[in-house]
Amino acid sequence: MNARPDSSEFTGARDDGIAKGDTLLEVNNVSLSFGGVKAITDISFDIKKGEIRAIIGPNGAGKTSMLNVINGFYTPQQGTITYRGVPRRAMRTTDAARQGIARTFQNIALFKGMSTLDNIMTGRITLQKRNLLWQGLWAGPAEREEIEHRRTVEAIIDFLEIEHIRKTPVGRLPYGLQKRVELGRALAAEPSLLLLDEPMAGMNLEEKEDMSRFILDVNNQFGTTIALIEHDMGVVMDISDRIVVLDYGRKIGDGEPDDIAKNQDVIDAYLGVPHEG
Amino acid sequence: MLYREAGDFKTSYAADLQTFPIKSERILFWSFTAVAFLVVPFFINDYWEKSILVPFLVWSMVALGLNILTGYCGQVSLGTGGFMAVGAFACYKFMTAFPDLNIMICILLSGLVTAGVGVLFGLPSLRIKGFYLAVATLAAQFFLVWMFNKFAWFYNYSASGQISAPERSIFGIAVTGPNSAPWATYLTCLTIVFVFAWVARNLTRGRVGRSWMAMRDMDIAAEIMGVSPFNAKLSAFAVSSFYIGIAGALFFSVYLGAAEVTEAFGIDKSFTALFMVIIGGLGSILGSFLGAAFIILFPVLLKNLMVGYLGWPTDLAAHFQIMIVGGLIIFFLIVEPHGLAQLWRLAKEKLRLWPFPY
Repeated sequence: MNARPDSSEFTGARDDGIAKGDTLLEVNNVSLSFGGVKAITDISFDIKKGEIRAIIGPNGAGKTSMLNVINGFYTPQQGTITYRGVPRRAMRTTDAARQGIARTFQNIALFKGMSTLDNIMTGRITLQKRNLLWQGLWAGPAEREEIEHRRTVEAIIDFLEIEHIRKTPVGRLPYGLQKRVELGRALAAEPSLLLLDEPMAGMNLEEKEDMSRFILDVNNQFGTTIALIEHDMGVVMDISDRIVVLDYGRKIGDGEPDDIAKNQDVIDAYLGVPHEG
Repeated sequence: MLYREAGDFKTSYAADLQTFPIKSERILFWSFTAVAFLVVPFFINDYWEKSILVPFLVWSMVALGLNILTGYCGQVSLGTGGFMAVGAFACYKFMTAFPDLNIMICILLSGLVTAGVGVLFGLPSLRIKGFYLAVATLAAQFFLVWMFNKFAWFYNYSASGQISAPERSIFGIAVTGPNSAPWATYLTCLTIVFVFAWVARNLTRGRVGRSWMAMRDMDIAAEIMGVSPFNAKLSAFAVSSFYIGIAGALFFSVYLGAAEVTEAFGIDKSFTALFMVIIGGLGSILGSFLGAAFIILFPVLLKNLMVGYLGWPTDLAAHFQIMIVGGLIIFFLIVEPHGLAQLWRLAKEKLRLWPFPY
């Protein structure tokens, strides 16, 4: 009954009734400002089911703000987000999580006092149903539920090759492993849409290669749709299917990696050609 | 080879999820429990009951409650004394209004009433955190004590403003009032604390506990993972106040017998409870017991040592006791900020490898 799980037991993405290649999420004319500061101005793009969509741009271009709009943390002043065919502007982050939007953070936001296992188990919190009274009793339904979710989490741990740090408090882990645990925590929610905010920031070459491999595997094995912010152009060009380029809160390019590499606006933004006027 | 995990293989997740995963730990725990339930009641006398065991158990219950709120969910509370008063007065009202109601039911109902009051005073935690929340809960402390003084209905219009517990029994044996036997009050407290410590352990290892700890460690990330701050924080306040309410009810009905609100449930009780969980270990069930033991039992031990054994005058011993306890608190906080529970954890790590360094 308790044979060692392997990653094939984890089905990964939840079935949301959207066929591969159809639009999963559509951002329509979204603008976001904080007081007088315009973070995002009139941006539209879409994310198709099953693709790896990169969002790139210089510092302060509005990339992270864009992710925060997508998962409901910020409410844009204008425009709508259509997720799985349902348009909306404002949304509670907890609802976004329940609907299958999971994310990782630019600065690691793990739960430092908890073990790797507990951190990843927390990712399944919207899928666990037993209430306080059952939990207090433990024996019976609550324990069964816990074990059932534990099997899935062990499969994720196996997938990410972090078995050896299962019970280590995450505060003690090196940076690269923390990033991996954070990916595991997001995966545990079986997301339809996985938002990765600079998953490779601060990593060395080997760690970047590992992380790229995991991202591609998640996308291939589970069919998870991924939106990715990353500064390493080599990685972005290699792993993403399509790229959105932002600069000063505006969209300056959108397309496949080869087109983006040739796009003059993008080259200017990155090489710092002075803005006219 | 007292403490070894060699040969103790886990073949199922259920076995891996046990509270005491190592066999020698299980043996230690169950023999300790057996002594507490089966041996101590035969030897307990009035002194051990009134000065040592019952206060220790009641304060362990308080520390458990506060540890759930502050240690697990990260919400600092200075309202503990006030919530204990709610438990005590609710218990008093239930005992006097329904004389036929079983005392156990009265105590559990007082816990539920306190849980409700706790949720009410926990509402500010949805907006504010840290020191600001501590100040908001301080308001609860002063407001509740004032309320129980001000409205005579709470103490049944008694002239002294005191509440005193009438005699109530379980299975025909008095557990409250002047005729209660030491072993009866001890067993009552022990049973309640044992059951609820077990429940606390269950709550903190599952989904609910993880939602509390997630809220404590990184609230925004928790919210984005789908942990509702409303549910997590208010359930922590409810469960914590439930525990503290039961402790307050026991403190009044079983331990003190009679109480006056300003004296019995003042701000000093809130601080005592907070010291207990900080010294014992935030976010640890064992830590709640160790903290209560340190604050309640250690001074008694010191006093017996200095007055009884060394024969020093009582006033000198009293001053020394305050200095030693204060000094030790500072010492422990410097040496191990994560409390006595962490010391125990480190000792276990060392024991696993002993006598080898690696």
